Amino acid sequence: MTALTTPRPTAQVAPWAPNPMATDRLLPTRPAVGWTDHVARLGRSPARATEQLVPSLDATGLLGRGGAGFPTGRKVLAVAAAVARTRLPAVVVANCCEGDPTSSKDRVLVARSPHLVIDGAVAAAVAVGADRIVLAAGENSATHRTLLAAAAERPGTAQEISVVGVPHRYIASEATALVRFLNTGDARPAGKLLPIWERGVGGRPTLVDNAETLAQLALVSRFGPAWFAAVGTAAEPGTTLVSIGGAVRRPGVVEVPHGAPLRDVLACAGAAPAGWALLGGLAGRWVELSGMAGIGYSTAQLAAAGGVRGVGSVIVLPPGGCLLIETARIIHYQAQAGARQCGPCMFGLPAIAADMTALGRGDAGALDRLRRRLPVINGRGACSHPDGAVGLAASALSALTTHQSRHLRQHLTAGGCQAPAPVVPLGPA
Amino acid sequence: MSTRSLRLDPIACRAHGLCAEELPEAIVLDEWGYPIIPTEPLPTDWVRRAKSAAAACPVLALRVETRN
Repeated sequence: MTALTTPRPTAQVAPWAPNPMATDRLLPTRPAVGWTDHVARLGRSPARATEQLVPSLDATGLLGRGGAGFPTGRKVLAVAAAVARTRLPAVVVANCCEGDPTSSKDRVLVARSPHLVIDGAVAAAVAVGADRIVLAAGENSATHRTLLAAAAERPGTAQEISVVGVPHRYIASEATALVRFLNTGDARPAGKLLPIWERGVGGRPTLVDNAETLAQLALVSRFGPAWFAAVGTAAEPGTTLVSIGGAVRRPGVVEVPHGAPLRDVLACAGAAPAGWALLGGLAGRWVELSGMAGIGYSTAQLAAAGGVRGVGSVIVLPPGGCLLIETARIIHYQAQAGARQCGPCMFGLPAIAADMTALGRGDAGALDRLRRRLPVINGRGACSHPDGAVGLAASALSALTTHQSRHLRQHLTAGGCQAPAPVVPLGPA
Repeated sequence: MSTRSLRLDPIACRAHGLCAEELPEAIVLDEWGYPIIPTEPLPTDWVRRAKSAAAACPVLALRVETRN
């Protein structure tokens, strides 16, 4: 069904803006996958210079949606400054790889609104002074194919747009790994010693942004910060995508305004705020949902309540689910998924994974080993991969020694528990 | 006033441990033999031996950086 109730725009900028109160900004209720439908829905993206786009991004407080949550305006500004300094045109990389197996928001976003993501990459390219755009997605994935089709049907742009398939590995979509992969074919993190904003792809200033970040940037660029802020909280306007999975009736991806109570977000997936959940992905935090029903889904509110936004996923454990067993499983996966470059990660993660397994089997000494090892491993890798595993392990320990102390005692006395099968999804390492 | 601090490239580091012998007050090795490097500026009377620690690294993973 393609019936459109509004005439198609001919101007460069949409003659109307969509209802700003509607919260189907990124995932339109009426499909607009093709270029023509996309333009009919949102109009053409205007070209805005750095001086125009950055203040708009700053006004909306847009934070990166790939997990790290870095302010997008500052990132754009840093790359634009590097372009001015080096006199080299920049490269914009749209990171659509979505390496975290608990997250499916970018896959759903690209399936539903591929051109919005590309619009964001084009808008970012204009603002930073880039002549090349790379759309990066898991090799031969549906996302990869959708982006190829979308890029092919778009009218020509000032920038060269290419679509690149990236190995399906957790660590391959870390920003410096992505840049290294594009330069050398080696998809391992290059570390903090490689300033990608200055010398990234092809030695040029490089902006790497997550797919959702770019889609949001496209909306800010097109309709302005006031439109953007019609929904959401004052500190964090707009909408966000949330991947909900685990023991819920309708797992999937929803778009909600920032600040929507967690109770309502969970209700979208047919779930109630009860039991334990992993927030923010494999590098996330364990939270007890019944105490968080009224907490608004936003970076600040989640953090204040002991959670984390991370990659924007919520994985709910079933009744009787065991976060110790889940955590041990996740950290074994994280240990496998590491790039095996930095000692503290290469040796530390298998060690804390073994400690977690031992704790689950009743080895009380594992508690002390974990307390000693976690701070030693933290912050000592080239990328933040080990820090993510440490944060998750610390969060599990904190839960097990407070709210879940009875459950931990059961492990220590009986060497296990009767938990149902683990639910946190793990992909290829 | 500029300060000196140590900077480690964790990808290059191969746990030779020679740095910790040169500056044991500041550099300790973890249980796998990898150095734990202080992030704060070095006291001036450590700078000379910090440079020795950096020079001792067979894979040049450690550097003394000047920060303004």
